[in-house]
Amino acid sequence: MSLDLATTRRIAKLARIGLEDAELETVRQKLDGILGWVDQLSEVDVEGVPPMVGTETEAQRQREDVVTDGNCRDAILSCAPEKSGPFYTVPKVVE
Amino acid sequence: MSYVIEGKTGSWEIVVGLEVHAQVVSKSKLFSGASTTFGAEPNSQVSLVDAAFPGMLPVINKECVAQAVRTGLGLNARINLESRFDRKNYFYADLPQGYQISQFAHPIVGEGTIEIELSNGETRKIGITRLHMEQDAGKLIHDQDPTKSMVDLNRAGVALMEIVSEPDIREPEEAGAYLRKLRQILRYLGTCDGNMEEGSMRADVNVSVRKAGEPFRTRCEIKNVNSIRFVMQAIEVEAARQVEIWENGGEVDQETRLFDAARGETRTMRSKEDAHDYRYFPDPDLLPLVIEQEWVDALKAALPELPDAKRARFQSEYGIPFYDAGVLVAEQAVADFYETVAKGRDGKLAVSWVTGDLFAALNRTGKTIETSPVSAEALGQMLDLIADGTINGKIAKEVFEDMVETGEGPEAIVEKKGLRQVTDTGVIDAAIESVMTKHADKVAEYRSGKDKLFGFFVGQVMKETKGKANPALVNGALKSRLDA
Repeated sequence: MSLDLATTRRIAKLARIGLEDAELETVRQKLDGILGWVDQLSEVDVEGVPPMVGTETEAQRQREDVVTDGNCRDAILSCAPEKSGPFYTVPKVVE
Repeated sequence: MSYVIEGKTGSWEIVVGLEVHAQVVSKSKLFSGASTTFGAEPNSQVSLVDAAFPGMLPVINKECVAQAVRTGLGLNARINLESRFDRKNYFYADLPQGYQISQFAHPIVGEGTIEIELSNGETRKIGITRLHMEQDAGKLIHDQDPTKSMVDLNRAGVALMEIVSEPDIREPEEAGAYLRKLRQILRYLGTCDGNMEEGSMRADVNVSVRKAGEPFRTRCEIKNVNSIRFVMQAIEVEAARQVEIWENGGEVDQETRLFDAARGETRTMRSKEDAHDYRYFPDPDLLPLVIEQEWVDALKAALPELPDAKRARFQSEYGIPFYDAGVLVAEQAVADFYETVAKGRDGKLAVSWVTGDLFAALNRTGKTIETSPVSAEALGQMLDLIADGTINGKIAKEVFEDMVETGEGPEAIVEKKGLRQVTDTGVIDAAIESVMTKHADKVAEYRSGKDKLFGFFVGQVMKETKGKANPALVNGALKSRLDA
């Protein structure tokens, strides 16, 4: 498996990570290394083995429908890089 | 199939599928304990989970799962006892996680059907592909600052059901009928309030065109259309746009578009260019969702009567026509109102009062069935007064109008205004004598063969008794007296 530069650039764009052209090849090599390492798993024969979805055998825990949270606007907004009154603000995005 | 677009190269038919996002009725969010109440102070109903703080873990709301199952059952659909959650990755300011938790490969509900009714009375079945659960996004407000958008995360994390139809729709009218029927079912089930103005039900519309007999051509997706009328308009203008492209030798691009209602056109949504590359993968924070068949059975047993079943029952139980039954079950509150009026009474008379005089009065006074000035019990009592001969049908109209105005009960009004029907033959005979004396010339004309005057005499006698005489008694007595 080999990752090309165009795909690397696209992944960066989708993740909203700005990469200079000079960095691109380095990142490509690193990602390619990771993918190659993970790809070793495909050597294992899993014919007839159902996909593993977790290390626990239990199913998902469910909670009752009651309001137990929220009402912490100030705390949440205190971490915001930009805010205005009760809102977070972001650069204008409009269709 | 009656809807075709006549192009230069022949007729085109349209192929439409709908993806409806229906906000689930629940007290708290899908994966957090924050409230879902509409219209709260901005960002007051946001938990650390909804704001995607590091390390926060989602825990699913059991009631939201139940609502999805109920909806699946209401759509005659397969319920999947094991389903899974995936991350749908995209970057947008209303989505703090950077991904939406959704169900991709393993939705909780599989194939189902909805039966729709068209204006010509025909019915058609539209296939449901699937229903899955996912998180709603927050809300962006653009008009408060020239350079900034404001973000309100109150809606972020509220449970949605995405209900996907098969591409079975062939007319704009069918799309409208499908949405109305779906909304009706959701409201009966109480799983979504179906309020499109508040955004609790929104539709994405997939449109393509083709010549008869062809396989499907490329489709475009029109995002977030927020009224049934706009959905029908959007289909028309988008289909016409595609026909023009194909006929001019062009190629329709598969893309996401917006419907601009003011300009009556669709246009491309640049921001969603990469949007189809969602890089779904199983959410490692959530194990498979496993539910028990017994639990599904219990939910099924507790479902309310749905519109189609109620309509059929109204027809057989109250002897009313299919059309009238359809008008009554369109809204559950109207159906309940009718049933209170009709129970143990004349069902046909009840339907004519509810859909006739009552609807007219609601229209006139700007009220709804829930705020009706005349209660179902009071209308029922009035029908009893007609049935036992206390008042006649004509006086009933007067009593009803008084009930609308004053909110008083029918019996009190009848007593207060002295509207009790006159069945005393002495009084009726006296009125007949008086009318015959006053109109001796007409009596002579009648007796010389002008039968048509009979109606005139009836009218005069009713007038003489201020409309309160029993019409059958008047007819009988008048006939024997005139023909004597």
